[in-house]
Amino acid sequence: MAMDASTPAKRQADMTRALKEAAFAALITFGLCIPIIAWGTRQNLDNQLVLDPRWDAVAWAVAIVFVGRFLMALRQQKRSEGKSVVRLLPHGTIGFFQRNSKLFSLFGLGFLLTFPIIAINLAGWGGALKWIDNFGVQILIYVMLGWGLNIVVGLAGLLDLGYVAFYAVGAYSYALLAKNFGLSFWILLPMAGILAAFWGMILGFPVLRLRGDYLAIVTLAFGEIIRLVLINWTDFSNGYAGISGIPRPTFFGIPFTAGDDGFAAVFGLEFSPLYRTIFLYYVILMLALLTAYVSLRLRRLPVGRAWEALREDEIACRSLGINTTNTKLTAFSIGAMFGGFAGSFFAARQGFISPESFVFMESAIILAIVVLGGMGSLWGCAIAAIAMIGGTELLRELDWLKQIFGPDFDPTKYRMLIFGFAMVVIMIWKPRGLISTREPTAFLKEKKAISADMVQEGHG
Amino acid sequence: MEVFVQQLINGLTLGSIYGLIAIGYTMVFGIIGMVNFAHGDVFMLSAFIALIFFMLISAWLGAGLIVLSLFFVLILAMFFTSLWNWTIERVAYRPLRGSFRLAPLISAIGMSIFLMNFVQVVQGPRNKPTPPMLNKSILLIDSATYPVSISYKQIVIIVTTIVLLAAFWYLVQKTPLGRAQRACEQDRKMASLLGIDVDRTISITFVMGAALAAVAGVMYLVLYGVVSFHDGFVPGVKAFTAAVLGGIGSLPGAVLGGLLIGLIEVMWSAYFTIDYKDVAAFCILAVVLVFMPSGILGRPEVEKV
Repeated sequence: MAMDASTPAKRQADMTRALKEAAFAALITFGLCIPIIAWGTRQNLDNQLVLDPRWDAVAWAVAIVFVGRFLMALRQQKRSEGKSVVRLLPHGTIGFFQRNSKLFSLFGLGFLLTFPIIAINLAGWGGALKWIDNFGVQILIYVMLGWGLNIVVGLAGLLDLGYVAFYAVGAYSYALLAKNFGLSFWILLPMAGILAAFWGMILGFPVLRLRGDYLAIVTLAFGEIIRLVLINWTDFSNGYAGISGIPRPTFFGIPFTAGDDGFAAVFGLEFSPLYRTIFLYYVILMLALLTAYVSLRLRRLPVGRAWEALREDEIACRSLGINTTNTKLTAFSIGAMFGGFAGSFFAARQGFISPESFVFMESAIILAIVVLGGMGSLWGCAIAAIAMIGGTELLRELDWLKQIFGPDFDPTKYRMLIFGFAMVVIMIWKPRGLISTREPTAFLKEKKAISADMVQEGHG
Repeated sequence: MEVFVQQLINGLTLGSIYGLIAIGYTMVFGIIGMVNFAHGDVFMLSAFIALIFFMLISAWLGAGLIVLSLFFVLILAMFFTSLWNWTIERVAYRPLRGSFRLAPLISAIGMSIFLMNFVQVVQGPRNKPTPPMLNKSILLIDSATYPVSISYKQIVIIVTTIVLLAAFWYLVQKTPLGRAQRACEQDRKMASLLGIDVDRTISITFVMGAALAAVAGVMYLVLYGVVSFHDGFVPGVKAFTAAVLGGIGSLPGAVLGGLLIGLIEVMWSAYFTIDYKDVAAFCILAVVLVFMPSGILGRPEVEKV
């Protein structure tokens, strides 16, 4: 510890500087709050807009920013003096996880396979439905979508902002074909995947020449075009009203109904809606694991190597004779295929779909999962999906907050706010995502972990 | 013929709003090579700021002085929106300079989601109608079948846009500040070697973009009389389309692109079907990016190894 760093005069100067910075931040916050928080607009009974002053909220915002900035400034000074600062994770945690990643994978898999049984034992037959459906199935859908998009964004480095379009293609293919032709879920699942892959290729072709930001914007435009067509082409998709009464999946031909030929009656069990949920849980679990397995294996095939090479440097890739057209198209269509699988599962689970489910925000959420988890890392995607989707589901459970903030307080309103904020914070704090170290797939003699600090990735 | 003239007027009005937003996109892209995804939401935020100030000022000045209160609203909205965009640049984009290329874009997407939901949380999810303003109009062609008229709103919008664009053009072309901006646009490293404060110039670019977006926000409020928290996304994408169509990085291109997009949208609604007008805009975006990425007035991009 340096002598002069801890003298009272130095400490005083540090304190003054931190206070100054905090005061500046608070002043800016006050300016930001002035019109937009200080007055709330509300329609009165005559449908006229009136203003409600809310200076208490402004005072809170300013106070929070002042304290936060002050603590941050102090922490920064401590760090620059070389003093130890409290770390979020003890040193070496990530390395420990990576060394034992096989063990953790097995443990995670075991937990996922037994999750319904655990939920039933802990929450009982009545309470388990919520846990398996809202948490299990919901999170796994997003894990699967994240892993599917990970092929496009994480492996091939093509930023796709319209991934939800393929999800929509899968969902509508299942809904329309099942309703109009009466085909079963198990036939339509691969068909939906193929159709989505086909659309991935159609949309992939024109954008092959584009890179980076332009590619992102064009995929966004395609995603929106598909959604707008679904809204406006009412003969085909029933527009805003959506499609309801979509046939539910059956247990290899046995429906999950209360009747005599239903699942419960055939197996001599008491009827419960839980069976269907548990069945759906295992279906999506298998689909998600299939996605993970395929993307792990593909990374070892020439096409996977080509994707990663493309992500690192497109020009080098082309000069080495890799056909970038095919490489990009395969990434697009395989990613889209998994989106299609997830979409048809979604339609089968909900029994009702409408264009409302396929807005740009969904694409942004899936992209956020991939990016926040660490592009290219399957573990990262899974953790990010659990944190974000599970976290937002947990927000619904926080009823006790109403006792603190009053009955109008609705924690779910803050869901997307936190989402957006988290995207910005993670980009600044850890630009390569939570799990940024990756296992190399090709190596010379020995395997060295690639650290994010050493490679310049993601130019494309 | 009458229909065409009327739609021409409507299209030019809408196009000037898009053009004003498009300048923000094109300047930021020109200077740091990033698509400022949150710009549409900054525009939406400015419309809300304008709405609140309009209600405060018109209550204070009385309903008779609408034009004067709009003038004050314009200045206040420009100032506060600039403050927002300055803060956004400082918090969300500046730390990412020098990070990998997609990082600022992802951060901007996060910021866009944040802003949209922030406004939803603090102002509520419902549409916010303003009290009616500037409702009179001038009859241009007195036809029995289809009278053509231009409303006071449209005159105000077009005149304000022209005046502000002229001021802005002067700022960029004739002042040291504009010269610094153009220098940063050409080569940031060289500009900093020659003593230009690059960070400050980029900040000012964001401030200028936000000020013009705020003008667009006020005009949007005057034109439609209603605003809601998700009104930023579609105009944002259309303005980006305008910037790309005109040639990204080119200021006259952004205005030209904005006018073209406005005209195409209005004509499409008038002559084809109103349902697919957004599809048309998105299609133009895709087609322009794929087939002529340098736009009408832009410089062709050179691929550097």
